[in-house]
Amino acid sequence: MTGKAVGGNVRRSLPTIAGFAGIAVALLVVAPSLLSAFRLSLLGQFVCFAIVAVGIGLAWGRGGMLTLGQGVYFGLGAYVMAMHMKLDDAGPGGVPDFMQLYGSGEVPWWWEPFRSPLVTLVAVVAVPGIVAFALGWAIFRRRVRGAYFAILSQALAAAFAILLIGQQTTTGGTNGLNGFRSFFGYDLFDPVNKRMLFFLASATLLVMLLAAWQLHRSRYGELLVAVRDQEERVRFLGYDPAMVKTVAYVLAAVMAGIGGALFVPIAGIISPEDVGVVPSIGFLIGVAIGGRSTLFGPALGALAVAWAQTSLSESFPSMWTYFQGALFVFVIAFLPGGLAALSGRRPLRRRRHGGDADPTDAAPAREEASV
Amino acid sequence: MSMTADYLELSDVRVEFDGFRAVDGVSMTVLQGDLRFLIGPNGAGKTTLVDAITGLAKATGSIRFGRSDLLGRPVHRIARLGIGRTFQTASVFEELSVLQNLDIAAGAHRGPLTLLRARTAVPATVEEALETVGLAAHRERKAGELSHGQKQWLEIGMLLVQNARVLALDEPVAGMSADERQATGELLHAVGADRTVIVVEHDMDFMRAFADSVTVLHAGRVLAEGGATDVQADPRVQEVYLGTSGSRGEVA
Repeated sequence: MTGKAVGGNVRRSLPTIAGFAGIAVALLVVAPSLLSAFRLSLLGQFVCFAIVAVGIGLAWGRGGMLTLGQGVYFGLGAYVMAMHMKLDDAGPGGVPDFMQLYGSGEVPWWWEPFRSPLVTLVAVVAVPGIVAFALGWAIFRRRVRGAYFAILSQALAAAFAILLIGQQTTTGGTNGLNGFRSFFGYDLFDPVNKRMLFFLASATLLVMLLAAWQLHRSRYGELLVAVRDQEERVRFLGYDPAMVKTVAYVLAAVMAGIGGALFVPIAGIISPEDVGVVPSIGFLIGVAIGGRSTLFGPALGALAVAWAQTSLSESFPSMWTYFQGALFVFVIAFLPGGLAALSGRRPLRRRRHGGDADPTDAAPAREEASV
Repeated sequence: MSMTADYLELSDVRVEFDGFRAVDGVSMTVLQGDLRFLIGPNGAGKTTLVDAITGLAKATGSIRFGRSDLLGRPVHRIARLGIGRTFQTASVFEELSVLQNLDIAAGAHRGPLTLLRARTAVPATVEEALETVGLAAHRERKAGELSHGQKQWLEIGMLLVQNARVLALDEPVAGMSADERQATGELLHAVGADRTVIVVEHDMDFMRAFADSVTVLHAGRVLAEGGATDVQADPRVQEVYLGTSGSRGEVA
């Protein structure tokens, strides 16, 4: 029985494993050999968006939380990384260039910890995680959900962008932080290092997908779906749904933070424009189109939408927004499961009945007993 | 079975919505092994009383289960104390399999590490419940594909694996066929032997066949309490049931 079940699990996992292999080959082998350095760097940025998308797939697709404000966590991770890189470029005890131009010429106290690479790496995960926990717990405990949660999260993104713009002397204001020269000691003008950044982002995406897969398969993943579909019922089973949702929300925020931190060295800039309402919605569109409750859908959707956006806006500069809107409306109206639903099967719908036992054969014991 | 029998004790329970007293001073005690039916005309406050016991409706008075005071606790804490309930409309997790539904119901005590791993084996309690409620052959089916009766049985199974000591069932046989009602009644008797079971019901035949004791609610108050036949013979009860005679079963 157990051996058979394990064998069955492996068999069921085969399509997923093949999916991982396909994405790995496409990103780590095919793309680097086909694309120019410029295109590869662009794809690297999209991979960072895809990392955010994996998190949104978890929170929205599996957890039912329509997070319209992931730009905040993307931004937190990105700004933490950007602060470190600015300080690193300025040298030990040095002051970043823009602070000398616009500010007092002194580094504010809350920048200082980010001189340390270790603190930076921890903060990339911890800052979005802690902020998301505090907000998520407060929001979900008060049973705020649905459209109210979506509006709240979007307002958060707007407020965050405005806050950044207002702090010209410490965050670079509208310009954001840019003009980086090195990443943890590696020269960013060296093409080899730029290539390595792409590989780093791609490998991170694969790791995030693996983490998402484990979560989907886990008991927690089942519980999250249960909370999404019947929150009250879960409460009557003795669980606190607020905690279940907060965990997914924090994980999504951490993934967004990691995506943001990798985005900075690849794109060479982070500004309020990358973290506000518009990019937050942009993250969502790829997820919706790819299939929000599937494993690969969000990431592939994010990659495809970002790629389409770049190609289309190069050819038809003013058309993209309309196209994006139309696509979103089309998917929401006609393909709520995303493009993944077109394949006719959900990659993660494991344990479908069928195969071993035909349930119609055996009447339930109680029915037999009662007749 | 156990040395000290569990019991659920309500005293002077009141629930008020915007000045309307849905439950107006109900006191009752339900002992372990006593299959208690809660009947009464529409609006009598039956479901509201169950809501009060399970923490969904804010109430005053006192509701105790064993040594624990239930009033004022959040819903999930009350559930963890061993109070389980079902709803008029079966609310199972339709996207998940029967097995997954039961596994979730059995898991409120699980730690983070267990939760983050996939289920490798079916817990013994889940296996037992699958047999008890007769869904063993349907374990891999999505709960949304079950028949109405099977969903209600799944709900009862979820209460069993949840290790509920008190089972509050809101119209468990509504919409069931005669065979399904019979099966459900037998199931309730089987699981009720060492638990405290409260059944909110409209079906008088079902009540007569399976109730150990009956509490009749009317306008938020206890109108009568006792055995099924005694209660049905009570003229006050006959009066609130549209003034008809004792043959309520045929009408209902």
